[in-house]
Amino acid sequence: MSKRTIIPFGPQHPVLPEPIHLDLVIEDEKVIEAIPSIGFIHRGLEKLVEKKDFIDYVFVAERICGICSFIHGMTYCIAMEELLKLEVPSRAQYLRVIWSELSRIHSHLLWLGLTADAFGFENLFMQSWQIREQILDIIEETTGGRVIFGSCKVGGVRRDISAEKLQEILKKLRSYRNQWTEIGGIFLNDTTVKHRLQGVGKLSMEQAKTLGAVGPMLRGSGVAMDIRMTGYSGYNKLGFTPVVETAGDCYSRCKVRIRELDQSLQLIETCVTQMTEGPLEAKVVGFPNGEFFARSEQPRGEAIYYAKANGTKFLQRLRVRTPTFANLPPLLTALAGCQLADVPVIVLTIDPCISCAER
Amino acid sequence: MGALSKSPWIIHYDGSSCNGCDIEVLAVLMPRFDLERFGVVNTGNPKHADILLLTGSINHQNAPIVKSIYDQMPEPKVVMAVGICATSGGIFRECYNVLGGADKVVPVDIYVPGCAVRPEALIDAAVQAVGLLDKKRAAALAAEKEKE
Repeated sequence: MSKRTIIPFGPQHPVLPEPIHLDLVIEDEKVIEAIPSIGFIHRGLEKLVEKKDFIDYVFVAERICGICSFIHGMTYCIAMEELLKLEVPSRAQYLRVIWSELSRIHSHLLWLGLTADAFGFENLFMQSWQIREQILDIIEETTGGRVIFGSCKVGGVRRDISAEKLQEILKKLRSYRNQWTEIGGIFLNDTTVKHRLQGVGKLSMEQAKTLGAVGPMLRGSGVAMDIRMTGYSGYNKLGFTPVVETAGDCYSRCKVRIRELDQSLQLIETCVTQMTEGPLEAKVVGFPNGEFFARSEQPRGEAIYYAKANGTKFLQRLRVRTPTFANLPPLLTALAGCQLADVPVIVLTIDPCISCAER
Repeated sequence: MGALSKSPWIIHYDGSSCNGCDIEVLAVLMPRFDLERFGVVNTGNPKHADILLLTGSINHQNAPIVKSIYDQMPEPKVVMAVGICATSGGIFRECYNVLGGADKVVPVDIYVPGCAVRPEALIDAAVQAVGLLDKKRAAALAAEKEKE
């Protein structure tokens, strides 16, 4: 029997833009167990509801994570609107979907790049980020920010996008689609890449269900579950069906994300054709009262916001459960039994967002 | 070789930020903004690094790690606090778990505000850091000469 060694991974590690610590128990080159320790990014945002009122807190909610920032802000707004019994105008809902899907495209492209970097394809990394920069340009033109949009508010949205601009965006996105299809082809067909992804970090459908995986991790294991199916913020009008792959390895998670890029573009196209002119926001009257669970699908999976209010300016309690936190147990299962060299790739396939997970 | 300016290597560490600035830091190293044209390379090893790039308002668990990365870097070194959180704590200033700025843990040379930081501001700061690094090196060399 060979000797067991513990290799510390992180908190400061080149493959991780954010700190998380894993103790990898290895036997030869094989990982037997991964023991995580978290808390490097915990700021205590949930407690901040006692100091910032429910309207100002949108800005904090957006900064729970800098990548799915818009969807965080939107989910918080959905919870507040429900507690205030506000009806969000339909144009505002469509605009929210458009920005959400743009976030998803840029987040998935970002992920593709980081994954390419993890298995050593630096050029592919830069190519993915180059496409992402163009998406960020669209976001900057429509909201004014590159990563933090600030365009969602309780009751609606802050800015409108004109009809001409929407057509222009569609035209641009369609040309970017050719670019990401080309890059996606490398991820899906290149022999070397396939060798690094196929059969690596397996998670069966049964395991994904019992361990509570979310997002592409869950859909990559063959479970057709996407919170957009519940039809929040007008997703029910867009004819949405989730992308599912069945292999349950890193390759199928990668495939889910690449297919979701096309799907997001399709959703934006449907939005643009269905949109009508109208008001952008409903006026906020009174203070929130009661409790509510808001759910939304972020690029990384399901986010849940629980809010409890008592009719004053400040919420009593806000609880956020983010996709990365839910995906940590499945990650530990996927890591057990893998080769040490595959650890960075497997860690990346859950698309870890530590600042989400720890808030 | 004294006339040549060394290519400064950057080490980036996220001290409890929201990820927005970290992603911008990476974006700046990409071909669009291409920070690498100033010779800047992103490294994962503190012992190879000249510039410590800190994002986020630093929480209690992160503080000793930031300190340890700083201590492992060879002299002369420059510390950049990137984003408003690293500068002053920003929107998270009132949170119970943050120290409120990178300068609470290590001496900061350059402050780069912004939420999230603009790539242009980051490039400007990096260029300033290169200048500062040269100055610090010259000062260290002069001090050594005086000793002799």
